[in-house]
Amino acid sequence: MVEHGTAEVTTAPRALPRALPRFETPLVPRQSISARALVAVVAIMTFLASLTIGAVILVAGSAAAWESDVAREVTIQVIPAPGIDVDTTVEQAAAVARAFRGIDKVQPYSKEQSTKLLEPWLGSGLSLDQLPIPRLIVVKLSPGAKLDIDGLRRQLGEKAPGATLDDHRGWIERMRTMAGTAVATGIVILLLMIAATMLSVTFATRGAMAGNKPVIEVLHFVGAKNVFIARHFQRHFLLLGLQGGIIGGAAAILLFALASLISGWISGSAAGAQTAALFGSFSIGPLGYIAVLVQIGLIAGVTAWTSRHTVNRTLESID
Amino acid sequence: MVRFENVGLRYGLGPEVLRDLSFRIEPHSFQFLTGPSGAGKSTLLRLLFLSLKPTRGLINQFGHDVATLSNDAIATLRRRIGIVFQDFRLLDHMTTYENIALPLRVMGRREESYRDEVIELLNWVGLGERMWALPPVLSGGEKQRAAIARAVIARPQLLLADEPTGNVDPSLAQRLLRLFIELNKSGTSVVIATHDIALMDQYDARRLVLHDGRLHIYD
Repeated sequence: MVEHGTAEVTTAPRALPRALPRFETPLVPRQSISARALVAVVAIMTFLASLTIGAVILVAGSAAAWESDVAREVTIQVIPAPGIDVDTTVEQAAAVARAFRGIDKVQPYSKEQSTKLLEPWLGSGLSLDQLPIPRLIVVKLSPGAKLDIDGLRRQLGEKAPGATLDDHRGWIERMRTMAGTAVATGIVILLLMIAATMLSVTFATRGAMAGNKPVIEVLHFVGAKNVFIARHFQRHFLLLGLQGGIIGGAAAILLFALASLISGWISGSAAGAQTAALFGSFSIGPLGYIAVLVQIGLIAGVTAWTSRHTVNRTLESID
Repeated sequence: MVRFENVGLRYGLGPEVLRDLSFRIEPHSFQFLTGPSGAGKSTLLRLLFLSLKPTRGLINQFGHDVATLSNDAIATLRRRIGIVFQDFRLLDHMTTYENIALPLRVMGRREESYRDEVIELLNWVGLGERMWALPPVLSGGEKQRAAIARAVIARPQLLLADEPTGNVDPSLAQRLLRLFIELNKSGTSVVIATHDIALMDQYDARRLVLHDGRLHIYD
């Protein structure tokens, strides 16, 4: 140490406000306006990206459920025609179906039930006796069973002439195409959302870093190595990113949990049935929650990486 | 300690702002660096502080050719040099104590190991009562002394000061000069960049005069 005591520099104590004793304040200022703005940007973008992930998972899940429901059912149709006793043909066709391997349940629709099915289109109180209304037999397949469609169709032709089998293949194909399109669109939106999140976070981090340039310069001038400065900034911005990510991700998780709870409450009602038909149980499941958590980590990582990159560029500009 | 041989510097494709500088700074020496505004004093200080590399010539500091040093090696070498900026460059979110202790902190020393050292220096520069104050509430003179304390806390072998009396009244300027003289007596080589002739007249020391990019030395 230099030989103190010989200097003439002295000052009278001044009555200015005294800060609390602090020995090791973080090198990077924590509570700046830009840091709070960064946390807000990260939180909002994480929330929106999490909603997108959840929506994609819901659509994909619902589409798979619709497809599986439709695929587990075939319909036998008996169309009235001259020389065909519809009631007898329905009974024969139902008997063939019941005896066939891989079939769980056979439900023939009576004339009254068929009339009821048409009520939404034709109105009630109509006598449909004069109309050639086809009669339907709904055949549910046993879970996991693979139905020999051609065999069933052949037997129906032999034992119940006039009955035709519809395996919903055309429907399933259309459903598959629609579901695939919905999921692909969701994934594209998700990718765009993630890209927008990364860009927003990158620019917000750069903005927050701009205010810290004097800190980087001073650390550099007092002999701090580049890796030391970069490590401090990276850690600081990783924490900010995590803070924002956790706020946004937690808000999204709460929203999904709440939606799942509400859909559980209204499950018995007509609205509940409608919602369930569209979105299933309205639950994103463990995969959805894991995706949100991964996203929080990813966004925090991007924040930290951007800060390190900006520190390095600032140091290059100083040198 | 420091040796410049035919050093020249230009920014980009512009003209040379420093030309054919050849001089030495010996251990325990004291010198003023002076010249008109825009003569290149701050640029020469930046070369001495290893913050710029020359476009030609050789700079040897503490036995190392600076052109061959890596960034990490330069950072290590910079710890042997203290610098006082004209605009102080104190960190506003840290107390005076923490600002002064910063060079020791970046060296990786634990706070307990340097606390007494920092407090002793704070008292020596007359800031003992202000150690918990944040820079925004310090006066210009106090900031200047804090900046000087930060520059010398790690006991540098070379102290560079850029217009250290530019923002203070003549009385404080005189006291700061005495502070630099005391530091020099304790073994630190001192280079003070100034165009304050009155200040230079107060102490008989070597003068490095920059004019038109060239250096004239008056021992």
